[in-house]
Parts: sequence; structure tokens; C-alpha cells
Amino acid sequence: MSFVEYGEIMKEGDTAIVFLGHDSMFPVKVQHGAQTQTKYGVIRHSTDLIGKRYGSKVTCSKGGWVYILHPSPELWTLNLPHRTQILYSTDISLITMMLELKPGSIVCESDLGLPVCCVGEDIEFQHHVCICRECPIVQGTGSGSLSHAIIRTIAPTGHLYTIEFHQQRAEKAMEEFREHRVDHLVTVKSQDVCKNGFGVVSVADAVFLDIPSPWEAVGHAKSALKVRGGRICSFSPCIEQVQRTCRALEAHGFTEVNTLEILLRVYDVRTISLHTPDLGREAEDEPGAGPANNSQLGKRAACSHPQQRTVQFKTAVTPKEMVGHTGYLTFATKSLF
Amino acid sequence: MESLQLVGESFGDTIQDGHFVVLKREDVFKAVQVQRRKRIMFEKQWICLDNAIEHLYGTSFDITGGGNLQPRRKRAETTTETKEAGADNRYIVDDGKSQKLTRDDIEALKEKGIKGQEIVQQLVENSTTFRDKTEFAQEKYIKKKKKKYEAVVTVLKPCARTLAMMYHGREPGKICQLRYDTLAQMLTLGNIHAGSKVIVMETCAGLVLGAVMERMGGYGAVIQMYPGGGPVRAATDCFGFPESFSDTLHEFPLCKVESLLSGRFSSAVPSQEPKVEETSNRGDQQQTAEKEFSSETVPDSNKPEAQEAMELSMGKLENKANNDQRDAKEKKDNEERRRKQEEKRKRERQAATLLREKNADGLIIASRFHPAPLLLSLLEFIAPSRPFVTYCQYKEPLLECYTKLREAGGVINLRLSETWLRNYQILPDRSHPKLLMSGGGGYLLSGITVSREYDPGSLVAQKTEEPAPKKIKFEECHC
Repeated sequence: MSFVEYGEIMKEGDTAIVFLGHDSMFPVKVQHGAQTQTKYGVIRHSTDLIGKRYGSKVTCSKGGWVYILHPSPELWTLNLPHRTQILYSTDISLITMMLELKPGSIVCESDLGLPVCCVGEDIEFQHHVCICRECPIVQGTGSGSLSHAIIRTIAPTGHLYTIEFHQQRAEKAMEEFREHRVDHLVTVKSQDVCKNGFGVVSVADAVFLDIPSPWEAVGHAKSALKVRGGRICSFSPCIEQVQRTCRALEAHGFTEVNTLEILLRVYDVRTISLHTPDLGREAEDEPGAGPANNSQLGKRAACSHPQQRTVQFKTAVTPKEMVGHTGYLTFATKSLF
Repeated sequence: MESLQLVGESFGDTIQDGHFVVLKREDVFKAVQVQRRKRIMFEKQWICLDNAIEHLYGTSFDITGGGNLQPRRKRAETTTETKEAGADNRYIVDDGKSQKLTRDDIEALKEKGIKGQEIVQQLVENSTTFRDKTEFAQEKYIKKKKKKYEAVVTVLKPCARTLAMMYHGREPGKICQLRYDTLAQMLTLGNIHAGSKVIVMETCAGLVLGAVMERMGGYGAVIQMYPGGGPVRAATDCFGFPESFSDTLHEFPLCKVESLLSGRFSSAVPSQEPKVEETSNRGDQQQTAEKEFSSETVPDSNKPEAQEAMELSMGKLENKANNDQRDAKEKKDNEERRRKQEEKRKRERQAATLLREKNADGLIIASRFHPAPLLLSLLEFIAPSRPFVTYCQYKEPLLECYTKLREAGGVINLRLSETWLRNYQILPDRSHPKLLMSGGGGYLLSGITVSREYDPGSLVAQKTEEPAPKKIKFEECHC
């Protein structure tokens, strides 16, 4: 396995996803002799994982079972330790398409994230824009959620240059890429993208910026892009950042400047039953009466009490709360003129 | 700028005769094939792409007299010296007389071949109210006039982004109202990447197929399941994929899925001959229909002319021809047909071999058919621990899919979702969401396949282990 190539059988050194339920999964590194604890008991790698097929049901020591899944950037995004604010697959998918990424693309990104924190007194301001993402956790390294998705898309002939201005986090990220067997497709550079740029000139087909002051990096992004042009995307949570970025993009001659926002709505599939009101009518004997019966999904189930009839139907229920905002995505094209 | 020769830029970076390109004017796209001396209707104007040949992709052109293109130079930003501007519109009266130029005057200017830029300037100078307008209103006025009189066409290399946006804008009906952000979700949720083996069942003019092929970059295999006589690939053609990509593209008729699953499938049986002939004929029909579609909707080919020319040459041929020649031609036609049939059957066998392995790495469905039977059958060909995505314009069929898949088992992480897309106007002191947004871009049901070594009964067994009945209900809805 690797993040860019499907494998059938689990091998030593693989990263696999242990699936306990929809909201409950975690990654494991498959190693001879290693054990993993789950709420259903222990998984012994040598016997339970190595040599088994991805997608198998594995019975744990307490008799419960889990599924072991092949890793993918999307599963990784859901499971990676939240070290910094990360980008989720909904935004990532739009970024990938709008940046026109495909096998062979050369991409520059500065997405590894900042250890921003609003817990505590040192809220950071840069150019009067709060860079705090209301991220409650401050931890070591950037998460590289987007990096994995980009690498997946540009493999096997493309390359990703990713900038992480924190030396230690850069090393940690590289280690992760090695573990996921994609390190040949990525170069992690440790520098400040606003000051020093991406360290490459005229090579990129696309540039992605997820930094607090993207307008300062637009010039560097332009020089990183190929002479004949390319696409750029900047992700910012605040509209003021977007305004500055758009102005910088136009000043640098970018065209097709377009700001988008994408929101994901997930539905729960439920069977709902509603009581029919008692209007004092005589209970109808025929069970098939009423237009509700004819609906494709609706199934009328007459209860024992004639007055307490219910109508059952399948529906898609929206969750009580949904993510209302992640960030604005500003796209633009570097053209020849 | 015409002489700009960039070192290290390859042949593929410049526009060439025969290339498939996407024209862009403002937010309107149109896919065409470059052909010398061909006139194309774009945004109510006839244009000719001859002058675009040899220029780099992404070049913008002014439309000059006769529809010729002239590479646009960097405008010396005519920053309309906003000397005077009103504060509000309290004195502006709409009497319909503010523009001193008449329609005829403007037409005369246009006929003289005056540049659009100058026409806009004249319109501004002859507007009595322009100076009283607010700065913002002036800007808006100029922008509007520029749009009308300064026709700029950009020639782009086709890609999933532009083609998906084009289809969504021009012909959403042909792609089941699939909005481009939904297509983007499908590619990501489906983990489409180079080297995998993907099954695609779509009736979106080949747009979804093209998007998948683009992401695979010619590595791996794509098996297109098609209804009717043959696969529709009008939109796929617009991508202008290199010849090598066709080696990775396979197709298999949907109507033979059942026989393949039950092991009764064989495409080589001679007794099937008449039947095959029939389907292949239908295939030809489909092919022509498809061609008509592409000429009518995507590239505005000057088909009548081409046909005329062909008929003319055929006429000449016939004049000269004697019966022998005609017989030979018929014979050749028959041979050609048989050869095509044989080729088709061979490809069908190849696709069947790939499918029989039942180890595909992903399944993408986006069609006008009810997705439930498609999903339940086609999932059989997918390896465990692989993603699948089903698009449907409507939510209800996906509810049914959800229920049926839960009954059938072999899938986890089922998710019914939809995305909303909002466009913004970002201007100094005038930033806000755009007035109009798309009402809906369809729904997706996605999930991951798992091995079915255990019967679904054990799944129920585990469920009942859970102590709280409420918890069971919850899990039923989520997993």
C-alpha cells in the first residue's frame, strides 16, 4: 500500500485505518509483534493484520470486530491528529478541481498550518488581521491534510513543494510522508513564504496559499508559477483577508479572480412516523385509504388504536448544526499578459 | 507579444490546428475544435480562430473586423481620470435622454471599425449624467459598456474545471444538473488517481468520464458501462486527451452486466451473430446521434459546408464510377462494418476480463437512471476497502439506495450529502455574496466497500450486544 497506490494485502509498515464506526476510526502502523487496543479488545498485528486483505473484518480479543481499511487522503483527513486547523475534503475537492490538478502537475503549497491558538493571552495579530483560527489545540506539527490529497492527485509524475517555516514541524511532516511512502513526490522546505517565497522559480502549475497574510505572498506565488501561467488559490477565513488578497492578485496581473465558498450538508437517513390527527372522523376501515399511502417511500402502518394512526416515511434529516463557514477560496489565473 | 517565444515551452502549450480548446468571454465558456478557415459563433459574434494558432494557451484576443482575432496587449489601464463624481443620485433623473449618442451613431462608429475602447470613451463623454454618478456607479457603467463593446476572447486549454463549468452554465440538462463542485466532490470521494481501475457509469455526455480520465492521467484503467448501443463521449472528446489515453479506456454494455455476473456472458458465440449485428447497428445510430449532439452543442462546426463538400466529391466520384467500383465500395463497406463489429466484440471481451476479476478500485455513478439497481449490481465488481460515489439529481432515490445497501451489507461509512456553492463579489467597500446562487447541484451517496466474508447476520448480532436500544437506533442511522 501507499497513499498513491492501492494494495490488496496488509504488509509490515503499512498505515491502515481501523474502522469501529462512522465517527470512530483511527490509523495504525502495521508492525510485526505490535498490538492495538480498541474498545472491542486487542488487535494483534502479526496474526490479525499482516497478510489479511484490506476491507476485512477483524475479530478483536473481546469478540467484537472492526474493519481494517486501506488508507486514503480522505480517511487520513478524518483521522489525523488535529495538530492545527486543517482543511477538510469538501474544500480540498474544490481546490483540486479549480487548480486543475492532475497527474504531472507541479504544485507549491504553504498549507502545513500554523500553531495558532486563542486559548491564552498571546493572540497574534498581523497587519490588523487576527490570525487566530479559534483552534483550541496547539501542538507540534502542521497536519498536511491537503498535502496528502495533492500528492494523491499529481502522482506519479508530479511534485509538491510544501513550505513550513518551522524547522521541526517540517521534519515531522517529511517523516510522515516517508511513512506513507509518498516522500518521493514531495519536497518540504523550511522557510517563511512571505519573506523568501517558495524557493522555486517558474516551475509550478498551481500554487496554494493558506497563510494569515496571503497578499504578502502573491508576488512570490507569481514567480513560482510557470512563465506561461498557472492557477492560484488562497484560503482565508476572514473577508478582510480576501479583499487584500484580491487587490494584490489584481495588482500582480492575475486574471479570472473569483471567490467561492463551499458548504457541505450531510443528511441522516431516518424512518419517521407522524401521527395522523384525530379530526373526529370515522376510522376508515380500508388500510389503503388516503393519498399518503401512494407515496413511494411512505408506508402507512395502522396502529391498534383506530384513532392513533401513523404515517411512516423515509426522509433525509439535516443535522441540528452544520459547519457554516470554513474559509473563502479565492482562485485566479496567472496569464501571459 | 506575438513574437514571444518561450524557451522550454512544449508543443502542447501552443494552440494548434485540430486542437480542442475552450473559448472564454467573461464567465461564458464554449468548447470548440480549432480548424483553419472555420467560422464559429460565440456570444452572438462570428469569429475565426486562424490567428490564434501558434499562440500560447491562455492568450486573450480582441475580436476585430470579420471576426478575426488579434492578440491583446496589456492595456495601459485607462484609469478613467475620475475627476468628478457625485455623492448620491438625488439629482439624477431617468428621462431617457442622458445619452447624446443615438443608436445609429453607435452603429456608425462600429461600422467605421472604431475600437471598442474608444466607443466606451465616447459613450462616457456623451453621457450627461456620468459626472453626477457616484464613483462606484461610474465604475459599474464603464464595466457594463466594456462588456458590450470590448469583446475579449481568451483561448484556454480544456480541463475538467472549464468544461464542467461550461456544461453547467450552458446545458445542465445534458449532465443531469451536475454542478461542478459536486463533480469535484465525486472525484475526491472516489479517490480517483493514477494507476487505479475505475468503473464509471454515467449519462452526463461523457463529462464525468472525462473528469475521471483527466485525474488518472492515462495510468490505470477506466471501464465505462454504457446503456443502449454505445457510450456517449461528446464531452470526453472536448478534453482533447492524447491518443495514448484511449488504451486505458474500456467500455462494456450495461445490458450484459447480469449475464457477466451470473457467468453466462460470452461475446464470442457465433450464434449471437444477428443479435450482435442489431446492437451494433443501434450503436451506429447512437454514434451519429452523438455526433449531432456534439456539433450542435459543443463545437459549432460548419457541418453543412463540410457535408456539402463531401456530397460534391461523392458526386464526382459517382460520375466517374462504373458498377465495378460501386460493388467494390459496397464490399469494402461490408468489410469495414464486420471489422468494426469484430473490434467492438474484442473490446467487450477485454472489458469483461477486467470486470470479472472483481477487483476494481472505485465506482462512479452519475446517470439519469434509478441508481439503486446500478449500485447493487456494479458494486459486485469492486474490491473491498474501496470508495464508491453515486450522484443523483434527486434525493429520494438515494434514500432508497441507502436502505437497500444497508440491507445488502458489504458497505460502510455510507453518507448522503450535498454541497452548496456561494460566489462572492469582492470589491473595495462593495464585497458581498453574488445576488444569484445555484439552487442545487444534486446529491451524493458515498461509502466504502468491505469484505462480505461474514453473513449480515453477525452484523445484527453485534448490534444487539449494545445495551441501550437508543444507541442501536443511532448507529443504524450513522454507519
